[in-house]
Amino acid sequence: MADQAMATRKAPLDGLRGGSPAATVIPAAPASRVALRASAEAVSALSAALGVTLPVRPKSSASTGKRHVLWLGPDEWLVIDEDGADLMSAAASSNALHSAVDVSHRNTAVIVSGPGAEVAINSGCPQDLSLAVFPVGACSRTTFGKAEIVLFRAAEDTFRVEFWRSFSPFVFGLLSEGAVDAAH
Amino acid sequence: MLLIYCPYCEEERAELEFRNGGDAHIARPTNMAEISDEEFEAYFFLRENPKGVIFERWRHIHGCGRFFNAARDTVSDRFITTYKAGEPKPVLDAEPKTPATVETYEALEGAAQ
Amino acid sequence: MSGVNRISGAGRLTPARTARFTFDGRTLKALEGDTVASALLANDIHLVGRSFKYHRPRGILSAGAEEPNALLDVSRDAARRQPNVRATVQEVFDGMKVASQNRWPSLSFDIGGFNDLLSPFFAAGFYYKTFMWPKAAWHKIYEPFIRRAAGLGVTPTEPDPDHYASRYVHCDVLVVGAGVSGLAAALAAAKAGAKVILCDEQGEVGGALHHDIGTVIDGKPGYDWAQQTGRALAAMANVTLLTRTTAFGYYNHNFVALVERVTDHLAAVDKTLPRERLWQVRARKVILANGSIERHMVFANNDRPGIMLASAGRTYLNHFGVAVGKRVGIYTAHDSAYEAAFDLKRAGVAVPVVVDCRQKPGEAVLEEARNLGIEVLTGHSVVNTSGKLRVASISVARNGGGGQRKIAVDALLVSAGWTPSVHLFSQSRGKVKFDAATERFLPGIYAQECLSVGACNGTDDLQSTIDEALAAGELAARAAGAEGGTQITLTGRNAFEWTGGMIGAAEGAGADKTVKAFIDFQHDVCAKDIRLAVREGMHSIEHIKRFTTNGMASDQGKLSNMHGLAIAAEALGKEIPAVGLTTFRQPYTPVTFGTIVNHSRGSLFDPARKTPMHAWEEAQGAEFEDVGNWKRAWFYPMAGETMHEAVARECKTVREVAGVFDASTLGKIEVVGPDAAKFLNLMYTNAWDNLKPGRCRYGIMLRDDGFIYDDGVVGRIAEDRFHVTTTTGGAPRVLHHMEDYLQTEFPHLKVWLTSTTEQWAVIAVQGPKAREIIAPLVEGIDLSNEAFPHMSVAEGRICGVPTRLFRMSFTGELGFEVNVPADYGQAVWEAIWARAEPMGACAYGTETMHVLRAEKGYIIVGQDTDGTVTPDDAGLSWAVSKKKPDFVGIRGLKRPDLVRDGRKQLVGLLTKDPKVVLEEGAQIVADPNEPKPMTMLGHVTSAYWSPNCGRSIAMALVAGGRARLGQTLYVPMADRTIAVEVSDMVFFDKEGGRLHG
Repeated sequence: MADQAMATRKAPLDGLRGGSPAATVIPAAPASRVALRASAEAVSALSAALGVTLPVRPKSSASTGKRHVLWLGPDEWLVIDEDGADLMSAAASSNALHSAVDVSHRNTAVIVSGPGAEVAINSGCPQDLSLAVFPVGACSRTTFGKAEIVLFRAAEDTFRVEFWRSFSPFVFGLLSEGAVDAAH
Repeated sequence: MLLIYCPYCEEERAELEFRNGGDAHIARPTNMAEISDEEFEAYFFLRENPKGVIFERWRHIHGCGRFFNAARDTVSDRFITTYKAGEPKPVLDAEPKTPATVETYEALEGAAQ
Repeated sequence: MSGVNRISGAGRLTPARTARFTFDGRTLKALEGDTVASALLANDIHLVGRSFKYHRPRGILSAGAEEPNALLDVSRDAARRQPNVRATVQEVFDGMKVASQNRWPSLSFDIGGFNDLLSPFFAAGFYYKTFMWPKAAWHKIYEPFIRRAAGLGVTPTEPDPDHYASRYVHCDVLVVGAGVSGLAAALAAAKAGAKVILCDEQGEVGGALHHDIGTVIDGKPGYDWAQQTGRALAAMANVTLLTRTTAFGYYNHNFVALVERVTDHLAAVDKTLPRERLWQVRARKVILANGSIERHMVFANNDRPGIMLASAGRTYLNHFGVAVGKRVGIYTAHDSAYEAAFDLKRAGVAVPVVVDCRQKPGEAVLEEARNLGIEVLTGHSVVNTSGKLRVASISVARNGGGGQRKIAVDALLVSAGWTPSVHLFSQSRGKVKFDAATERFLPGIYAQECLSVGACNGTDDLQSTIDEALAAGELAARAAGAEGGTQITLTGRNAFEWTGGMIGAAEGAGADKTVKAFIDFQHDVCAKDIRLAVREGMHSIEHIKRFTTNGMASDQGKLSNMHGLAIAAEALGKEIPAVGLTTFRQPYTPVTFGTIVNHSRGSLFDPARKTPMHAWEEAQGAEFEDVGNWKRAWFYPMAGETMHEAVARECKTVREVAGVFDASTLGKIEVVGPDAAKFLNLMYTNAWDNLKPGRCRYGIMLRDDGFIYDDGVVGRIAEDRFHVTTTTGGAPRVLHHMEDYLQTEFPHLKVWLTSTTEQWAVIAVQGPKAREIIAPLVEGIDLSNEAFPHMSVAEGRICGVPTRLFRMSFTGELGFEVNVPADYGQAVWEAIWARAEPMGACAYGTETMHVLRAEKGYIIVGQDTDGTVTPDDAGLSWAVSKKKPDFVGIRGLKRPDLVRDGRKQLVGLLTKDPKVVLEEGAQIVADPNEPKPMTMLGHVTSAYWSPNCGRSIAMALVAGGRARLGQTLYVPMADRTIAVEVSDMVFFDKEGGRLHG
């Protein structure tokens, strides 16, 4: 191996930018991600190990710095670390019964930001994204056109949209069209 | 498009996030290998297809991923209740929540016959 | 002046703001805000089309969405041309081109008009009888003739250059219709703090206030009040006001589809604007304020251009400033039409007569008619009309007989009363009830969270309408959870109270079988056709509708349904409710395909899923095939190579040197937890307890009925962690299937499932040199046969990044499948390729993969199986555990039909002529000379040219196949019969030694 250069990483939406004055659609930086599954009794140990209190309310999330834990189901979380930290080891250190699977490369994400972000996402997403129903910090797995996404509201006008990498052109394309329409 | 209350997400969501899973409360026999042909037929093949209340499974496949059960009126598509998988079949009010006078398309169309 | 019929000072358009458009090539002037209909009428054009069946001259009948006649071809440019546009809805823009339809050679002289003379042949239901025999004539003569003669516009041939948008939106209260009742309801709901969407199909709010100038609301003329209220609503943060927006579909659970026409009225279009926008609204409460639709009178020759609805006459005058004629007669059964006479008279138009078929019209309107000096003939009917391309006179007679009086007119306004628009209510599955006193269907039993207010609810009086709407608005807002706000009150009054109305044929329709008294203008259905249908034995309105096609045109019988029903009821001697009302369907008015499709065009039609190595494959000139939504490299042709040559080269190279294959699309599921092996024991036929970490096994998954559902290699990464692979197409459903059993049948098991299909890029390196290719790149894994034999898995690094390396093979060669995190896929592939290429290895695609696996007799689930194949049928009974007490499918496998002799079994087929490649799907018989129908033994599932065997090979499902080894069977084709010999399925390296190289 010594004579080989280390393989370089190539994200599916490298270099793309989309959107409109109402909402920008920009690929998120690479992050580490873990699909975390555990029953209720493991929650506190996993929270301590990950340094974030695992949310147990539907549609809610918790963050510490650049690490976010998104409630996806009653025994399921998506853990995202924007700094790329080793989440698998962190989870393993909990010694609690759980399933952690590295999905850092399965998922990719875009950031939709601007006053028209809600409308842009509602071009293909059937959920009510008004602040009263989908407040800052809310998250949900849902559909976006013919793709499945995980939606996370990072700020009033900013959403992180996570999806499987091969759906990148579709999700990016539809979000961009939605963002253009949101400008009207 | 139906609006379905997910008992895990504690919220109504659009049908697009769900997938129907057929009749509920049909337990797979624990002594599967030993059951008779008739028992297997009843377990695997035979369903009621009622006009009125049906107990059925849904999966919030593009949401929390959980299977849950629902009581739905097949005439009006009204959900009477939804509840988590594993919970017992609820006893419904004798009085159906859907007015009996709501008729099917067929009944409306066929009023003349 | 923008048109000879424009009356100075009348209407609400601004004379200085003009627009030019053409009609059948003639340039005309219009005013901004005109509809095509008002602009044509301003230019004294009534004749706008020919009817569907009889090609009779037709004019503009209405001023709204219910228009059945004035369907025109409207274009902006060559690509932006739309047929069947309702002239009464389409607004004029500068530069628009309008053309009439269904006429040849010209509108005023139309050859098809001779159909009118032949009309005895075109009676209702004619197509069921006239054109039945001889059968051969149907395709050659009848159908082409009917298609040319009938029909409406011509579809455009160029792709639609516009784009369309879609939005999901939620609200507390959706109000459909922005007339008096809709505005009042929206106002009350909005003031209560609810999130409100108010939509109206017209270009501005106001509804009937556009024509009804006698209305005063809140001390202001009704129209002015409407515009002020509309502006006030639009300015509220909690209100979305959508004009030019039709609620066309009311679906389950208060899901309502609206279409907003964004640019069709604009001369210059901002390219970023969608032409139309689909609003998919989920409302807690819906308020239906759809209003009502005026009916025409049914009498002889009631379809001449110039004959139109009274409310339309008022709209053209009061809103557009256009007099529809110079001598305008009125024929009515309802007081409202009198107001048309009053408005016209006051505007200086001659109104020679009001013919009222009733004996006793309302006193107030009679008195006003006297005051204005308008002659009123009560108890009279219009029994006929004359005029070639426009009405010229009407013949009037006292009801019950007597002499006819001919009165010259150049337009006739008619009204038989008003039909409440219960379309959306009916779409919501609400049940209508018939109100015998007023002879109309009204909302009866509600099926969804909605309320009807105003005219569509049968509320006639203005103050009652306002009060009802305000109450409904507030009620809906409160029910939706709104807590704010102020209660509001409004007062309103009308100039006249209205009475009257009739349904069915008037006196002038006659019993005569030749009289054409039209009910449905768009489908040319007359009163006599309904009677004929009844005589022919149709008793349900559903049958009468289909026999006559009444109400089946694109206007869905908005004008005709009630008339048709009344005539049918009379002919049947039944009450109207006993004859029934047809159900209204979505869409309320026609919707473009563009709106329905919206964003789902081109690259957004369906996700095109590409692997991390796709760009490299594309650069290498690979051809791709679709597998589900995936684009998979199919084969890599070199310059000048055919597909056959490329595949043959790839097949040989893999077995002689090595090949590199992109297997990333294989489904992958990570099964993690202390009970992972127990769970797999239940999901697969194989046993998993004894699989050691670091080893792999081929597994078969069944459904509970015993049939093969999926297969794949499963690697045990650790005691509690398995890496499961599925077929490419099967990935989502296999995960769903596993989740189903885990959550609902085996919830006690401590195990979780995670899809990792896209986490890993998978690079298969197969062939004698596979190890040599990857060895220098791999760190931390001993690749020797001893340490890492066939069906092994290990974690280590390749090119410095983590890998899950499998020693496995779908080719029968020494093989590895390199899994790396997906973003590294292309770099690792390139590193492997950099070593493989100089050794003479090739990249290969799915076609070669298929051939190589067939040479080894490996099945592909879904190609060699079809959902009715058991493991034993497929020759895989070795993979079914005999010891396990349970697995999904264990009982199904014992069903009598699954264990009987003679089932179809997978076998190999060798054509007697080795050069002949069978067709997949071809049927197999034992006796090629058996008379038809022949006994079919099975079919070919896979067939290829095998370069490594130097002959064709095939797999087939054949009844009792394994007992037929060596037998000759036959594959009858269209041009020949192919003799084949039944063989086993391993065509190459029968001993399997190469796997362990």
